[in-house]
Amino acid sequence: MSFIQIRDVSYTYPNGFMAVKRVSTNIEKGEKLAIVGQNGAGKTTTVKMMNGLLRPSKGDIFIDGLNTKGYTTAQISKRVGYVFQNPDDQIFHSDVYSEIAYGPKKKGLSEEEISNRVEKVAKLAGIDRYLDENPYNLPFSTRKFVTIACVLAMDVDVVILDEPTAGQDYVGMAQITKLINYLQKNNKTVITITHDMEFVVNNFERVIVMANKQIIADKNKRDVFWDFNVIEQSSIKQPYISELANSMSFESKILTIDEFVNYLFNSKKKV
Amino acid sequence: MVLIQARNITYKYPINDGQSALKNVNFTIEEGGFYAIIGKSAAGKTTLCNVIRGFIPHFHRGDLQGELIVEGKDIREWEMDELAKKIGFIFQNPFTQISGVKDTVFDEIAYGLENLGVEVSEIKARVKQIINLLGIEHLQDKNPYELSGGQKQRVAFAAVIVMDPDILVIDEPTSQLDPKGTKDIFEIIKLLKERGKTIILVEHKIELIAENADYVYVMHEGEIVHGGKMEHVFSDPKVLEYEAGLPQYALLGIEVQKRNPSFSRIPINKSQAEKELKKWMEKQEVY
Repeated sequence: MSFIQIRDVSYTYPNGFMAVKRVSTNIEKGEKLAIVGQNGAGKTTTVKMMNGLLRPSKGDIFIDGLNTKGYTTAQISKRVGYVFQNPDDQIFHSDVYSEIAYGPKKKGLSEEEISNRVEKVAKLAGIDRYLDENPYNLPFSTRKFVTIACVLAMDVDVVILDEPTAGQDYVGMAQITKLINYLQKNNKTVITITHDMEFVVNNFERVIVMANKQIIADKNKRDVFWDFNVIEQSSIKQPYISELANSMSFESKILTIDEFVNYLFNSKKKV
Repeated sequence: MVLIQARNITYKYPINDGQSALKNVNFTIEEGGFYAIIGKSAAGKTTLCNVIRGFIPHFHRGDLQGELIVEGKDIREWEMDELAKKIGFIFQNPFTQISGVKDTVFDEIAYGLENLGVEVSEIKARVKQIINLLGIEHLQDKNPYELSGGQKQRVAFAAVIVMDPDILVIDEPTSQLDPKGTKDIFEIIKLLKERGKTIILVEHKIELIAENADYVYVMHEGEIVHGGKMEHVFSDPKVLEYEAGLPQYALLGIEVQKRNPSFSRIPINKSQAEKELKKWMEKQEVY
């Protein structure tokens, strides 16, 4: 049985706006995947239902066999952690240490355990030198890492990252890659919403594409990024290198620079 | 014509570990040019923007050394209200910019002109013109807070453009936007360039800079470590040492060159990549 089961789930906001329509999928323990699609496609609403911030209007979500309908958000969020798209929706302490320590404190851990955990996750998120700072004195991209550390500190089974790559520079991107790999090594499930297709190519195999409230594709990245129907329907962008390979009529579904270069030099040998 | 000239600028914030946020920075901004500033976080990009728009030294204390000359006058001698008419600033987050005191997009865009005491009929005409220019007629009666992030950012641009500044300083305008929103913003910037505006843009999306900018400055630990014509900077692997990133096409070109040095010209955008690769393949008799 899959760790996360989403069964025919729809969600309508209280104002009557339907954001997600009949979505179904399964996600395994220790799996990592990306969710892509335009703003308004239903990505954030879908993941918020996975950690109980929202409850399906129709259909059911099971986490480790338990229907989310029978549990409080506080109970579910011990298993499934969600890092908000906007860190300012999440941060409320005046120093980074207290912000990260808040969750473990609520879990009833000892001071020593809390301090160990905070230091460990702060290091993982690359923010250990900011523990005494007020989060609001840090740049947006660093605040995002504060909120990621908060979720890591809860030692949840599933980590959901909502647009962690927004506003990140080259170094921040590398830090997120490192984090995702660490989580996966520790058998955590990582679900990432992103608009950065190069980031998807470099970090994931499985890609879920959402468009107009529904899942329109759920397959390997190569099949997604070379499926022009899916690309058109969802208005996602083909990775830059794939676009180039396509317009040069290469006979290979190229995604990366390495693949491009290999194709170039191998086709040379054939002559 | 030189609009802005920085000579040996060094700046230290009042509260920090004694590190300078800017170190010995020199650059020139010519009228009508599109300048991109790249570099990793905390390299000094936003601080540099704050000097250009006069927030340093007028609002932020700290120690500013060197000269920043805007149209012949040092930044310290400019009155802020005069400078604000010359230099428009667009924030990373449109929430920071939208006033919150106006109920419609139309009124929000009119707000700056109202504060200057411009005639009502002229305000209306100018706001209408900008709304048409940016193609946001469908948003004009909405409340700014009902809008999506991309729409809000376009309204924020409109509110600055309507003031008709000569120079626009734009700090990571697309970092919170999806690809469609990002494309719309770059269309607006292109439009401004066509109208002769001088543009200074801080941005991480290198491929989009490579399609649009004239000049690039690379910042690293408070210094400008590289700068010049965009094509020159983006075809130089040295930029990678500063962790500032290069366009995917340049990275590809560098890899091809490593395998075969006869691939001599590093492309910076898609059309160049296609052209250079085809030319090279023919010479190599790849097909």
